[in-house]
This record gives sequence, structure tokens and C-alpha cells, in this order.
Amino acid sequence: MIESIRGRSLMSLHDLSRAALVEILDTAESFVEVHRRTVKKVPALKGRVVASLFFEESTRTRLSFETAAKRLSADVLSLAVASSSVKKGESLRDTIATIDALGIDAVVLRHRSSGAAEQVSRYVPHVRVINAGDGLHQHPTQGLLDAFTIRQVLAQRRGVNAVETGSTVFEGLRVLIVGDVMHSRVARSDIDAYVALGAQVRVAAPGTLLPMDIDAWPVEVVGDFEDAIEWADVIGLLRLQHERGAGSFVPSLSEFTAIYGLTASRARRLRPETLIMHPGPINRGVELDSTVADLPAAIIERQVSNGVPIRMAVLYLTVAASPSEVV
Amino acid sequence: MASVVLRNGLVVHPDGAEIADVLIVDGRIAAVGRDAGVDPPSGCRVIDATGCWVGPGFVDLHTHLREPGDEAAETIASGARAAAVGGFTAVLAMPNTEPALDNVALVTYVLDQGSRAVIDVAVAGAITMSRAGERLAPLAELAALGVRLFTDDGVGVQNAAVMRRALRYARPLGVRLAQHCEDAALAADGSMNEGALSSRLGLVGRPSIAEEVMVARDLVLVRSTGAPLHFLHVSTARSLDLIVRARAEGLPVSCEVAPHHFTLDESACATYDANFKVNPPLRSSEDVEAIRRALRGGDVDAVATDHAPHAPQRKDLPFDEAPAGVLGLEHAASLTYEALGAVGSDPQRFFAVLSRNPATIAQLRRRDARPRHGAHGGAVEVGDDGNLVVFDPSERWVARREGLQSRASNSPYLGRALVGRVRCTVVNGAVVVDEGGLT
Ligand SMILES: [Zn+2]
Repeated sequence: MIESIRGRSLMSLHDLSRAALVEILDTAESFVEVHRRTVKKVPALKGRVVASLFFEESTRTRLSFETAAKRLSADVLSLAVASSSVKKGESLRDTIATIDALGIDAVVLRHRSSGAAEQVSRYVPHVRVINAGDGLHQHPTQGLLDAFTIRQVLAQRRGVNAVETGSTVFEGLRVLIVGDVMHSRVARSDIDAYVALGAQVRVAAPGTLLPMDIDAWPVEVVGDFEDAIEWADVIGLLRLQHERGAGSFVPSLSEFTAIYGLTASRARRLRPETLIMHPGPINRGVELDSTVADLPAAIIERQVSNGVPIRMAVLYLTVAASPSEVV
Repeated sequence: MASVVLRNGLVVHPDGAEIADVLIVDGRIAAVGRDAGVDPPSGCRVIDATGCWVGPGFVDLHTHLREPGDEAAETIASGARAAAVGGFTAVLAMPNTEPALDNVALVTYVLDQGSRAVIDVAVAGAITMSRAGERLAPLAELAALGVRLFTDDGVGVQNAAVMRRALRYARPLGVRLAQHCEDAALAADGSMNEGALSSRLGLVGRPSIAEEVMVARDLVLVRSTGAPLHFLHVSTARSLDLIVRARAEGLPVSCEVAPHHFTLDESACATYDANFKVNPPLRSSEDVEAIRRALRGGDVDAVATDHAPHAPQRKDLPFDEAPAGVLGLEHAASLTYEALGAVGSDPQRFFAVLSRNPATIAQLRRRDARPRHGAHGGAVEVGDDGNLVVFDPSERWVARREGLQSRASNSPYLGRALVGRVRCTVVNGAVVVDEGGLT
């Protein structure tokens, strides 16, 4: 178990302790305040260089990381490798060696291959590597921002300070994760975070989209999404990964939607306080109905805006080596 | 021709062992006995084999030499040097080159190149044209060149009707087919063993059942055709179980296991190092244990390396994009010795799985018609061709990249402590490796 990510790379949430997670959430909370300032910047990473390497297109995640790095006053090297000459079959080591020669403190890496971030950290052990999503493996900052968003909303509802709640809002919290768990790095990171923080997690998915080893996961599989709707305090919908061939794991998209989609009629059975989440981008009309995405209980926009403080927290903790540095 | 004497080693015959000298004159064993080397001919090279095992040179049924097509990874010459250092006096060059060894011209090319190499290079031909699994390759024409084993290795023959036809065609030719058992649809684009670990790592799995389905199918085909079949790199406990039962039933089947499948399990993939990526993949620790047991117990015919060199930049790719395959020739004997129980190893079993059985399967024994190669896997008796190895079971060493003879360095063993080492390799009477290095 990792008790703190200070001075370490961040590959996965799998081995983070509750304390490590809470530290990140609390740090992010302190950065939310930066956003309200006129000058939205702190000098925490002044003089540090953060490279953002996106081998897989994701404008939203890339902008979120780069904004976070800039707010910490870091210099950002942005390599849009997905569209450049670095294509499948080209050595990852060569690409990393090139940017390492420029002198960098951290790499934010998005890659279509599981384990790419770990490989990169083997090539440049002196550089902090932050996994911004690798294949089917993990998307740690998404898991963190999802947990952060849940805590923020529930603390506000209860009129308490999020930092003071620690992890208490997660004690016994009922989270239902629905859809393509097998191909989802978000599901893996979310479940790691929620379970470590004390939530109860159930998953609902077609048999073909459940991981082969789901019985060994710390979750309960529910056969029927319908039955679990009223149980859930939070419903986390997953994107159906068309690009990973998930379409051929179900007979048709319409059948998937009929059984596992959060349709308008199904949404009427939700308790009003149940939160609806989705990591985006949404396949509207597949995982959830457009009207459902606009319900007040849907906190999808908040998930997006919380990306910046969470990524600031991760960059700050991993790159700024000394725990005593002032925010 | 010069003469050589291997003095005072434990000479391992098929059914016993003795401390003896082995005298080789003009490429053949001239004398074996307590004092055979006491009075050697003048100019005779004397190799002290005290404390070592002396037996028939190893025969590898499964070597990817990469030539023609991928000479950046390996050539026939470099692969043969790696083999010699590993104690092999003969290897079977696999046909999944680019282009595939599916015609007389290419097989002749490899045999010709092989004749200039430091060991005997025999060829395994393709079963189907371009290894595409559709039309039969010219098995009879290739058999006339001396090809005795045919395989589409790299992939298995997916279509059951084509495989059945190939078995029926092969049977009267007196050749054997060999199958890489993986159902392509089930293995799909998996890159490691399917299970809890692949799921956690986010790597698409290649399930054991992909192998077992094809083993089971092929046993049905063997039963109906009566043609012999060799199972390449068997990697799961259930596959072994199916093969053992079939053999008990009397079916003409043989099987090999690869060192990586009995020394490494899937947990080696946890760091996403592509030097541990191989097909079939490294399996569960239970499978590894089952293979070790079968190796010791005699249920496995041969250890075969599946030596699969890849140029370094190709293995530097992310795990799922990197090609499958690991080096094997240079460490196979030490790893086999370790798996057989190291100090407790049975030397008969050691030479059975590394030499005598594979030589029998490849039809490279003294009794076989061999248009182009010496005889291998012998009993170490007078008249045998001088294909011998001196193995020092007490030497402890560490596998290092710098020591590799292969052009490639994609070994999963670099840094591993090994027990037992090939000290000397004699090929058709010539000492090609001495003191562990090429002469
Ligand atoms: Zn193979």
C-alpha cells in the first residue's frame, strides 16, 4: 500500500491507501480556491517542466492537465504525438529519450497501450510519470476526480467542509457502476478509489462486458440494472468503448440501451438525491438519454471542471518533492 | 581429420552411465571406455571432462533463425553460434521466415546456408503455402530434400478440414506434422495469459482454452487419420493431460515444452516488459508446476527452445504492440537441469529430453536416412557420429546480455543465476565450443 504519492509517479489507484487518496482530495480542495482568484496561479512548480504526451487523442484531458500545470506555474511542453509522426510501431523509448533530453520533471502520458506509463517510468526513472489513461488499465486522475466530485457534492448538501469530512461521506455509500466494465480503465480506477474510501460497489453489465475475473473484484455483480436503481446513491455510467470493439460484445446498441441504458423512463425511478455520473464523452442515447444528462442530479459538468484541481493536486504532490512546500 | 578425446566424464548412455573417456577420430566415436583416452593418437585434442556429463549433443526442434527476412534479429550463422554455445549440435529451423519455407528453393537456400554454419541446421517446412492455412505446401518435394517435420508455427492450422487433409497427405510420406496450438479466434489479440492478472493489468488475455481447444481437436484428427503429430510448446496442465491420455490410448503423438513455460509464470508480465511476451503466453504457476512435473515424470518427450529473436527496437514497444517471442538456445540446458531438480537431476532424463527424443522426432538418429546431416541423439557408442556435449552440472553462472551469441537480446533470463553450463560442444567431430565459448 502506498501511503502518499508525494515524490512518486502515479500509475494506478490500485495500491493507494485511503490516506493517500484523502491527501490528494484535500490538496485538490485547496486548489479549488485558486480558481476563484483573479490571478489563477500559484508558484508551486515554478521552474519545473511538465511534458504532456498524448499518444491517444483526448483534448479535454490534455487541456485539463495543461491548465493544471500552468496554474502551478510550471512550464508545459505539449507534444500532440497522436497526430505527429509517432505512430504505432515506433519505439516509445526513442520518443521519451527525445523529450527527456529537453530536461523535464514530469511526463503526463496518455497511451492506447496498457502499461505504457510504467514502461516510460522505467526508461526515465528520474522523471515523475503521471498516467493520464493507458489502454484498458487505469485512468487514475479520472478516478480521483470522480471521488472528489462525490465528496464535494455530498459535503455541500450536508453543509459541511469537504476537507473536514475526510472519507466519512464514503462510509457505506452505495455506488452502482453500469456498462462496459471490461474495457474501461475508468471503472478500474473508480472502483479502486471508491472501495478504498469505504463505499459499497455494485456493477451491472452484460456478461460479455464483465471482466473475466470479476468474482475476485471487491464488488457485487447485479444481474438486473432495474433492481439496483433504487439501491444506488451514485450511478456511474461507463462509456461503451466502440473503438475497442465493444460493439461486438452485445447483439446491438439498442439492446444494450434497452437493458443497461439510463433511459428517461428508467430515470424516473431514481431517488431524487441519487447522483448520476459519466466520465465522458457520452454516447448520447446509448449509455444515457439526453434528458437524463440534463437532470440536476447529473453532475457530469462538475466532473469535468474538477479535473483541473485534481490534476493540480497530483502534479503538486508528485513533482514538488518536499512535503513542506507552501501552496 | 583431427581427433579429440573427452576424458574422464560421466558418459551418459540411454540406459546407464559410466565414468569413461570418449575418443573421436575422423568425425566418429572410435572408442568409449575407462582407458580409451589414455594413449590418444598424436595431435589429439584432450578435453578434461572430469566432473562433467558427456552425452549426445542437444537437438532443438524449435528454432526461429529469422533468415530469410529478418536478418536484423538473427541469421542462420548467428543462431547456429548461439545454439552451439547452448550445447546444440543440431537445430530445426522453423519455416515462419519472410517469405515462409514452403518451397524447394527456399528450403534449399536454408539448408545451404546451414551447411556453412557451426552446427547441423535441418529445416522444418511449412504445412500450407505462406502458412496461410489454406493450400498444402509441397510436402512430398520437401520430404525428398530431407524435411521430416512440417509446421505452420507462429500460428496453428485453423481450418480442421485443411489439417485433416495435411495429416492424411503426410502419413504415407513418413513425415510428421507439428502444431502450434492456439485457436486464433479465441487467442485473438491477447498478449498475455488470460486471468486475474491480465484483467488488472488491462492487457487482453490469451486464454488457456485457446490452446486446449486445438489440442483436443487435433487429437480427434490424429485418432481418425492415424498420422503422427507433434505438439509444439505445450503450456497448460490441461493440454498435457489431454496428450498424456491420448498417448496412453496409443495415438502417435509427441510433445515438447519450452524452458520459459517451466521456469517463468504469468507474474513476470506484471511490469509490462515485452521480453516476457511469448505465444503461447507464460501461464499460471499451477501450469508451470504441472509442466515441471511432467518433465521429471517422463510425460514430456522434448524440451524445445522456441528461440525467437527480435531486434531490440521491436521489443521496446508497449507490451500489446511488441512481437511475441523470447531467446532460448543459450540457457535451455541450464534451465532444464534446474527444472529436473539440479543436483538431483537424472542425467538419462536430461539427455532424453534435450537430445535423444527430439533427434528421434526430427529423424536425425543414426538409423534414419539423413541426406544432408550427421547423426544426433546417439547412445554414445563406437560408430556414432561425433556429435557430443560436455555439460558441467556444478558450474554456477549468471545470464548476461554481453555473453549472448544471438544477434538479439530479448532474453527473459538476463541477470538470472543459473546452475549447470555447457562446457564443450563437438559437432561432427570438431570442437566448436570449449570452456563455454566458441573456438
Ligand atoms: Zn509457436
